[in-house]
Order: sequence, then C-alpha cells, then structure tokens
Amino acid sequence: MTGEAGPPEMSEPGMPGARRQGRGTPDTGRQGRGTPDTGRQGRGIPDSGTAIRVEGLHKAFGANQVLQGIDLEVSTHEVICLIGASGSGKSTLLRCLNLLEPINAGRISLWGQEITAADIDQNLVRRSIGIVFQSYNLFPHMNVLQNVTLAPRKALGTPRPQAEEAARALLGRFGLLDKEAEFPDRLSGGQQQRVAIVRALAMRPQIMLLDEVTSALDPELVAEVLDVIRELAASGMTMLIATHEMGFARDIAHRVCFLEEGRIIEDAPPAELFTAPKDERTQRFLRRIIAAGRL
Amino acid sequence: MDDEQPGPPADPLTGFPAASSRSIGGAWQMPGSFGTAGRGPRLLSGGGRRATAISTASTLVVLGALVAVFLVAPGSSQVRHTFFNPTDMWQSFIGNPKKGYYSVGEAIWLNIRMFLAAEVLILTFALFIALIRQSVSPVLFPFRVLSLIYVDFFRGVPLLLVILAIGFGVPALRLPFVSTQSAAIYGVAALVLSYSAYVSEVYRAGLNSVHQSQVAAARSLGLSQATAMRHVILPQAVRNIIPPLLNDFISLQKDTALVSVLGAIEANEAAQIYSSTVFNYSSYAVAAVLFLILTIPLARFTDHLIDRDRTRRLAGAAA
Repeated sequence: MTGEAGPPEMSEPGMPGARRQGRGTPDTGRQGRGTPDTGRQGRGIPDSGTAIRVEGLHKAFGANQVLQGIDLEVSTHEVICLIGASGSGKSTLLRCLNLLEPINAGRISLWGQEITAADIDQNLVRRSIGIVFQSYNLFPHMNVLQNVTLAPRKALGTPRPQAEEAARALLGRFGLLDKEAEFPDRLSGGQQQRVAIVRALAMRPQIMLLDEVTSALDPELVAEVLDVIRELAASGMTMLIATHEMGFARDIAHRVCFLEEGRIIEDAPPAELFTAPKDERTQRFLRRIIAAGRL
Repeated sequence: MDDEQPGPPADPLTGFPAASSRSIGGAWQMPGSFGTAGRGPRLLSGGGRRATAISTASTLVVLGALVAVFLVAPGSSQVRHTFFNPTDMWQSFIGNPKKGYYSVGEAIWLNIRMFLAAEVLILTFALFIALIRQSVSPVLFPFRVLSLIYVDFFRGVPLLLVILAIGFGVPALRLPFVSTQSAAIYGVAALVLSYSAYVSEVYRAGLNSVHQSQVAAARSLGLSQATAMRHVILPQAVRNIIPPLLNDFISLQKDTALVSVLGAIEANEAAQIYSSTVFNYSSYAVAAVLFLILTIPLARFTDHLIDRDRTRRLAGAAA
C-alpha cells in the first residue's frame, strides 16, 4: 500500500490520526473527531481525479458468467447509480470492488493504485471503501453503539471513548442518537439500514458502495434511508449505488450505468439516459420500469 | 416506528434481549433459530383446572400401577432388600473405612471435580479443533487432515476403551511425570479426548449456522478473519449451540462413572466396593440418586433455554 497517487489515508493505515489529514491540526485529538467531517477539505483526498478505475472485470460463479468485461471510471466526489434487472451483475460488481469476491480477470484501481494485485492487504483496502447491503447485516448480538464502534476499535485501534464519541456524533447526524443502546431486532428496517450506513461511515471511508439498500424496506421506510444517502452525496462522498429506485437515481446521480448480462450497456448522465436512451436494451428495460409504474 | 416500547432487559447469560420482536420487514434472521429444533409441547400444557385434574389422576394411576407391579412381583422383597435397603443405603452413603468401604457421598465429589475439569478443557480444546476444521488457509491443510482423523477416531472408539487405553497405556510407557499421574487424571484426559471430538462438531454446526452475510459485513469493515471470528461469528455461534452443548455435558456428568475401571474412588467405584464388602447392592441405588441430583438440574436448565429460544423465535415470526 505505498502507491504514490493513493490518498494519504491509504499510505498510513495503521495510524488513526492519518484519517484527519487536511484538518490542519492532526493532534487536536478528540475535538477533531467529534464533528464528522464530510466536506471535501475534511477528507484529505484528492479533490479531483479518478477515484475508481475498473478495467476488463470478469467474474464467474462456476459456469455462471456474472460480470463479462466491466470498464468503469468514477471520479472523486462522483455519485454513480447502477441500474438493471436482478441478476445483471450490479451487486456482484459492488462486492468485487470491496474485494468480497475474488475476480477472475481484470483490474480495479483506487486513485491509481491497483487493489486487485496479489500482494495487497485486503483489510486495508476495505477500510477505505464502505459497503452497505440490502439486508443490513447488522451484528444481532451487539447494540447499535457496539455495532458502530466495533470496526474502528478492532481494525483501527481507536480507544473506546474516542470511538464512541465519533459514533455518537454520526448517530446524532442521522437521527439515531436515542437508539444507541437498542439491539438491531428492536429497530425498524429503515432504522437498521441507517445504522448500517453509520457503521460503514464510522471507518471514515473515501468511497461508499450501496447495494440496493432500500430494496428490503417497506415503502414508507424508504424515504428516511434515501435522505441519508442524499446527505452523503451533498457532503461530497464518492458513491456507487445499485438501486431499483429510478426516481432517486435520476435525482441524485451524476451518471447512471445500465447493466445487462454483466456488461455496462449504457453510461450517461441521468437526464440523458432516462429521457433519450441510445441503446435498444436500455429502452426496453426502461419501458418495463415505466409499465410497472416505477419511473 | 420511533415509539416502540423499550426493549426487554438483556439476558444475563448471553447479553441478548430476553425476547425479541423482529423488525418490520427485516430480512435478517438469526440463523439456526428457525427450523424444527424446538422442544414441542410443554410438559404441563395449559388447559385450565379440568386438564390439571385429569393429568393428576392419570399420573396417579400410572405411578400406582408401576409401584404395584414392583410390589407384587414374586421377587419383590429380595430386590427391595438387596437394592433399596435403607440401612445399607445410609451406611454406603456415609462410608466406614474401618470396615473397608468408602463413602459414596464423598466419592461423588471426585465425579464433580472430574466433570468440571473435563468440561473446561473440552470447551477449549473442541473449539480449537473446530476452528482448525473450519479454516481455509492452505498452510493449515495438514492440521485440517489431522483434526479430521482425530474427530473420526475418537467419535468411533467407545469411551470405555479410550479410558482403558489411556489409564493403563500411558503409565506403562514409564515416562517421567506423564506416566505417574492419578487414575482420575487419566480419566479426565480420556473424557476430554473423547468428548472434544463430539463437541467440536457441535461448535462446527454453530459456526456454520451463522449466516455468510455476517462474515461479509465484518470483513467489509476491514476486520481481519480472526477479529471477525472472535467478535462477530463466535458469539453468535455459541449462543446457537448452548442447548446441544449442555446436552453433551449432561452425558459427560454420568460418564465420569466409567473412570471407575481405572480404580479411581469415584461414586460408582465406592458403591462397588461397598457391595463386594457387604454383599448388598443398595450402594448402587445411592450412587444412582446422587448422579440424578447432578444431572436433573442441568437437564431442566437446558429445557428452559430451549423453551426460551422457541418463545423468542415465535415472537420473531409474529412480528
């Protein structure tokens, strides 16, 4: 993990202090962590440039070719929505980016540094990429605060008081402060998913991957989670969002990618892709979505 | 949904809420808590006063019939004299070294100590074996093979043979220290070897019962394999396997009696010495009662945990 182009966090992953790069005073200690910094300046990452570069990504589960040559570039602070039918490879792509799935061919780079190389410490890479799953996957034996502080404490070595203070700040920001002592099965789906997002943010990732995070929610709970994502986007978080919420994708995304059979068929700004899709397959998909009343 | 009732107090044993209502539309499920593992109907099911009266009458009739058969059997008086003689039962319970026999009541303490020592060692060693068997690292391949052989071997060989082999084989090696331990130590070693093979499989079932998505969630946060195992997988796995573990330990409690073949003066051996000295088997009845006093509370506790898990599951299904 010594790529020159990498963000400073990735070069000094063992030092929690490195995560406050850009705030000017890395040693202000607890004051520095109390307020979650989400502004561009606060992240200490390049203000521009290519955050994620995927080249020729192939992934198969046995004989099932799920990704068949994905090429994708995501700029820093860019929000990209992945749309497509179930089984088109959206989730698998996100899981590959987080190194949860070994890939069969291709390369993935973050800020110019290849993370699919053999000698990469996957744990370090994952700390800078948060992922949130459709099924929340909170730890059922831990309360909300423990869920959020586990990774900062055990992976970064943040002392418990600091980790809890940072966690409370994040929970407060997303309206969950009164839930810190609750166990996940006492929370609504929307609350669980917000906690899952907070849990990922507690690692101060530079990139967030959201894998159909509203698909398991009752319709009336979707909005509260989408609001959280909007806030993240507004704060400049680089995000890749697999979603079935077309209206949301149109609102929030800088670019929308339509996937079918493991390939990116069309990649365009939402205004273009939703109103004047070029590819015949995109048109067919959108017609079905419109017929289902989802757009 | 923000005004849900406050959660139930956390259970002191596991730290989980004492009962749970599943989240609205929650896709997450506690793996292993669904299925057919429940105990089924309660021993005394509800049904009001009439049901209670019927079950009481039925119980009296059945018990009365059993006692009547015992009492009217042709050899009843001899059996009562040989196996349930109150004087002999009391004598064997308190013991009398001058007359050449030991107290069964005192000897049971050796069973309890062997059980406690074996239990701690089994829980540790079996977990170690289970973790090796669950590992994926190529470096650990020979250890995976070894632990597989170990589990197959000790699950297949009768416990009595293991006790005999360790208890007589190891001293025959005439090694320093290792070959000069007491029969109880060899007995515990044999119990640990045999039971760990079973318990490691119970652990493995528990580890497998934790859904893969929990591993993914933990690893995606940058936690290492070991940290994820320690803080995320294992706590959930252990919670799922508490009833089967306790079940194995009920069995272990009484299997400590097998160590008598090595001459350790535990309850069974003390009873045998009494019977061969005084020519009365009532000492065995004493030993049996003492074992029951040990195992029944643990059995009821196991039932209680299974019931609680079932209640929680039903509450979850309703939510």
